[in-house]
Amino acid sequence: MKGFIGRLFARHVKPELGTPGPRVSGGELPPHLYGAIAEFANADALLHAVHATRKEGYQVVEAYTPYPIEELNDAIGHGPSRVPLLVLLGGIAGGLFGFGLQYWTSVIAYPLNIGGRPYNSWVSFIPITFECTILFAGIAAVLGMLVLNGLPMPYHPVFSVPRFQLASRDRFFLMILARDPRFRAGDTLRFMETLGASHVSDVED
Amino acid sequence: MSANAERPPVIAPGYTPATVTDKISAVVLNKTPKWWYVGFAISFLAAQLLFITMAKLLVLTVGIWGINIPVAWGIDIVNFVWWIGIGHAGTLISAILLLLRQTWRTSINRFAEAMTLFAVAAAAQFVLFHTGRQWLAVYWLFPYPNTMGLWPQFRSPLMWDVFAVSTYATISALFWFVGLIPDLATLRDRSKHWFGKITYGMLAMGWRGSARHWHNYETASLLLAGLATPLVVSVHTIVSFDFAVGIIPGWHATIFPPYFVAGAIYSGFAMVMTLSIPLRKVFGLEDFITMRHLQNMAKIMLATGLIVAYGYGIELFMAWYSGNTFETFMMKNRILGPYGWIWGLLILCNVLTPQFLWLRKVRNSVLGLFFISIIVNIGMWLERFVIIVTSLHRDFLPSSWGMYTPTVWDWSFFVGTLGLFFSLMFLFIRFLPVISIFEMRTIATGDPADVKSKAHP
Repeated sequence: MKGFIGRLFARHVKPELGTPGPRVSGGELPPHLYGAIAEFANADALLHAVHATRKEGYQVVEAYTPYPIEELNDAIGHGPSRVPLLVLLGGIAGGLFGFGLQYWTSVIAYPLNIGGRPYNSWVSFIPITFECTILFAGIAAVLGMLVLNGLPMPYHPVFSVPRFQLASRDRFFLMILARDPRFRAGDTLRFMETLGASHVSDVED
Repeated sequence: MSANAERPPVIAPGYTPATVTDKISAVVLNKTPKWWYVGFAISFLAAQLLFITMAKLLVLTVGIWGINIPVAWGIDIVNFVWWIGIGHAGTLISAILLLLRQTWRTSINRFAEAMTLFAVAAAAQFVLFHTGRQWLAVYWLFPYPNTMGLWPQFRSPLMWDVFAVSTYATISALFWFVGLIPDLATLRDRSKHWFGKITYGMLAMGWRGSARHWHNYETASLLLAGLATPLVVSVHTIVSFDFAVGIIPGWHATIFPPYFVAGAIYSGFAMVMTLSIPLRKVFGLEDFITMRHLQNMAKIMLATGLIVAYGYGIELFMAWYSGNTFETFMMKNRILGPYGWIWGLLILCNVLTPQFLWLRKVRNSVLGLFFISIIVNIGMWLERFVIIVTSLHRDFLPSSWGMYTPTVWDWSFFVGTLGLFFSLMFLFIRFLPVISIFEMRTIATGDPADVKSKAHP
């Protein structure tokens, strides 16, 4: 059931999630392995490990931290966020909606002469146009963030790692996903041990 | 720089990401303290007054209030403007101070945002119920296709107000909830009880704090802050248009938008102060909400209080400088008329009292700050009374003059919204983290040895 729900939501999200893909080259992969995870005591150790992992040639990597670390996103090789684009589109849509609503109702649907003012009293329409712009852009920012992050997702394989609870306290985690072309069941785990991690373990799917 | 060194720290020394997490989540996860039941019971009882008044109002409509011609806007609108104004500090702290990279905002932004949300909820009751026939208000206020083919009047500031306030409520709620997501995940991971695990887990929506998550999250938060900043300025500007666009002397003034926005921030910070002083005490959060926060808020109150005082000055000056008979009369009536004593109280509360904040000694006294913040809250309520009621009760024609006295139902509605506000606040401090845990982790870079060596009485 859990796995089903996880996969149901995982389909919408790209790099970090999803089931193991086809092997690119050799190596046997145990059927239920999602990846290998390593735990670090501080942000510097994690960043160092991320750089080393990338240098080693791993590409499908994800890091988990208790608070945002600015340089981590670039270090790990995720592209820029697409939230700003969504917010821009939301804002434009909101502005057009706000003005369009007022124009259509006041000029086309029910033109009403109020003190001789023009039907298209565009100056009076600005405040509502502005509010709708902000409203749509704000909703786009929140929904965009959730969708791009693949939330809501009630289950994720990483939650099966007992120590992962500490990722929301003071511990830093690095995971190499099994669908990385360079991933080898035992070798990757051994490689992660060399990075100065305090704990290393497999992540079951 | 030496002056900076003397200032109290933003967070007491010795805290690490682990200890701030444990300390703040313990407030939520530990057993409910006794005082909470008492406080919540009193607030909830007061909230019942609101529901009783609402029921009576639905049957008999607004005739149970003291409003009549010429004073058709009474303390219902006074309360509406007061509540909305209070909300503004929450957005200012969470959005504008975020953009200005003020790290001290971190400990107070969460509950200031909650305060915003609950204040807007309280304000909304007045907007909805002052319309009299609430079931008809839907087509007066919201553009929806109805069988009569009618649409709202978009050239009216009252319509702008509907859009401004509903947008503000929506964006405030979203901003607050987005801020909570990582902390809900923390509570999901810390909670020992299955119910807590599931509830916080559902609300956290599967937040894992991955690099991808944080990157999108930080981008979205920053953009929301950028959107909320002009929004918060627009809201009280538009509220002031409700008055300034009308031709009533005492309302028809171009100073209104900036003067309303400053007044909103002034009252909002006063309310944050009123709430944070007992809050830090009962939860023992003095290490996180330090004297630095209280002092900074006191300075913002002083600055905005001076802007408000300048607004009063400009109103006086314009009454004379315009040479307009009605403007001059309005100002004389405001100061010397039957409601003159309220104007006097207003000056005492809003202009004279905050001047004590110039003194370092007062800014360092928790009790003094608490006292001043309550005085300012009262003062800002009086200001709206002066603007709304005193301007309306004597306008152009002496034959249409009148007096306004709030009835018991006016007051019960107001006390009821206070009950609603504090009930929501009590629920919030019990079930959600009052301080943003993940943001505190970023500033908690202390050495744990400092805390252990420091004996706590």
